[in-house]
Amino acid sequence: MNTPVPVATSKPWITGAEPPFIRISKVTKRFGDFYAVDDVSLDIYKGELFCLLGGSGCGKSTLLRMLAGFETPTEGRIEIDGQDMAGKAPYERPTNMMFQSYALFPHMTVEKNVAYGLYRDGMKKAEAMEKVAEMLRLVQLTPFASRKPHQLSGGQRQRVALARSLVKRPKLLLLDEPLGALDKKLREETQFELIKIQESLGVTFIVVTHDQEEAMTLASRIGVMNAGQIVQVGEPPEIYEHPNSRFVADFIGSVNMFEGRVTEDEPDYIRLGVADLGGSIYVGHGVSCVLDQQLWYAVRPEKIRISRTRPDKTENVFRAVVDEIAYMGNISIHRLKLPTGRLLSATKANLTRHDDEAITWGDEVWVTWDDTAGAVLTR
Amino acid sequence: MRRNVWLPAFVILGFVFLYAPILSLIVFSFNESKLVTVWGGFSTKWYGELLRNPQILSAAWISLKVAVTSATLATVLGTLAAFVLTRFGPFKGRALLTGMSAAPLVMPDVITGLSLLLLFVAMEQLIGWPAGRGMTTIIIAHTTFCMAYVTVVAQSRFASLDESLEEAAMDLGARPARVFFDVTVPVIAPALVAGWLLSFTLSLDDLVVASFVTGPGASTLPMVIFSKVRLGVSPDINALATIIIAIVAVGVGIATWQMRRGARKNGG
Ligand SMILES: Nc1ncnc2c1ncn2[C@@H]1O[C@H](COP(=O)(O)OP(=O)(O)OP(=O)(O)O)[C@@H](O)[C@H]1O
Ligand SMILES: [Mg+2]
Repeated sequence: MNTPVPVATSKPWITGAEPPFIRISKVTKRFGDFYAVDDVSLDIYKGELFCLLGGSGCGKSTLLRMLAGFETPTEGRIEIDGQDMAGKAPYERPTNMMFQSYALFPHMTVEKNVAYGLYRDGMKKAEAMEKVAEMLRLVQLTPFASRKPHQLSGGQRQRVALARSLVKRPKLLLLDEPLGALDKKLREETQFELIKIQESLGVTFIVVTHDQEEAMTLASRIGVMNAGQIVQVGEPPEIYEHPNSRFVADFIGSVNMFEGRVTEDEPDYIRLGVADLGGSIYVGHGVSCVLDQQLWYAVRPEKIRISRTRPDKTENVFRAVVDEIAYMGNISIHRLKLPTGRLLSATKANLTRHDDEAITWGDEVWVTWDDTAGAVLTR
Repeated sequence: MRRNVWLPAFVILGFVFLYAPILSLIVFSFNESKLVTVWGGFSTKWYGELLRNPQILSAAWISLKVAVTSATLATVLGTLAAFVLTRFGPFKGRALLTGMSAAPLVMPDVITGLSLLLLFVAMEQLIGWPAGRGMTTIIIAHTTFCMAYVTVVAQSRFASLDESLEEAAMDLGARPARVFFDVTVPVIAPALVAGWLLSFTLSLDDLVVASFVTGPGASTLPMVIFSKVRLGVSPDINALATIIIAIVAVGVGIATWQMRRGARKNGG
């Protein structure tokens, strides 16, 4: 698939070439003695499409609502475009929000819904209507301009909500699970539309989602949240290939996780003794650790190769029996049982339509992965 | 499956019990004869008679003015009370306000009427307003107890209102007062219409409270009917009652319809 590239191609978070557009520093939100958001610091740059990703109840919406001004931080400071947001009401902020429930005004037509924000800025009717028409064209809703929200489908409502939040050209657009209510196909289409719109308008987006695929598709960077804290921030490949903790590795995609102890610690490699494997894992790069330290090793299913014949190498080679195969169309997920009883999953692309030689249930196979295929995790 | 035989029978019995008196009243309002209990053929002459009775016409006019004014006042005040009760979170005196705003619902009319009368008399002595009793005092009294009904209806609507609608309006640049009139009020409008109609019919119906707080020259329709009936039921009263029933039925019907429609359209 040909992913459109978000606007922020220059990657200021690496180069440091420009100051961050949004600065969240040490923000905490307590409800009673419950920490909904716990000491979060985050810099987001102009033109980014930043995804906040995390499980249910981890504080994503609360963080977003603090940016929009619906909640006040218990502690910490939020700056947007160099301005401190403390004490600023939602109607004074340069942000707009697209609500999870869309929150369309049920008594107004699509056109009036979209125009509402423009009128609040005191825009004249003719000018407002022009902008509304342009916006409706962008989200392909021109024929529905005079309908009421309850006469629209879920996907159309979602586009009205998007148009309404974009029409004022906010400096920052906050989207709370914007595609939550859509079916898979519409969701994928809309994801690409979102990126296209974001590109053409150059608005900074913060998107909340708990769908990791969505985050991967959309984001310039992803912030993974857990229990009110940001656990890792990075570009999608970085988050996927270099998770910094078991939580992130586990949360994004699927993973085979092994617990082991360091048995050899050299500058250019380490070796982990893993009881689950009945052997050891060879890691082909140095890791700062000490002998006998407990570490975790995460390797993704697609990095594991399965074969009937013994691979031509000595490290990271194990025997296994095919326990189950789940056919997914484009790939097949093989569940493999090691002699220790530990299960392992490995995916294989279905490159041909039919394969007589294919590995099937009960086959004895060899599994292996490259010595740089997995991530060593300390927490 | 014996129940299926008995169920309709009970339903019919219930309806007969509820509506037979009203039905007979409506039927006899079209009676030709002057004797209330003897059928003398169909006629609409008592309706004509009504229109030529200045006492009834003026009472009807007063009742209508009282009902419209107090329903409107009650709707405004009740909506505000409900808004405060559902939106302002816990504040000092909240429990008291909740209790007080619902009190007239359970208070016997006689007590409401009497206490209001005492209040009006005391106020007249202290601040000279309301000067004497009449339409103004009836309106105030009706507003008081109608407001309680509006508060209850509006409160449940506010509670089920999606707050993100108001947040969305604020997010788009509307100040709180704007949000209230642009979004909150229109969305809960069906409940408000229902509350208004309910208040209107309650005010139109009321005899007891109005009798307590009225003064010379301000007789409402129920008061006129009551005093006429004491001298013996005449057929023109049947006609009048039929008209009132029709108005009340239409009012309640529209109120119910509005509430249903509101619940459906806004997803409750
Ligand atoms: N007004 C509130 N009072 C008390 N607790 C709250 C309040 N709002 C949110 N919380 C709590 O804060 C935590 C974070 O809520 P939040 O809505 O931010 O979660 P989320 O990450 O958006 O989850 P989801 O993916 O389910 O939407 C939850 O445990 C929630 O119960
Ligand atoms: Mg949420």
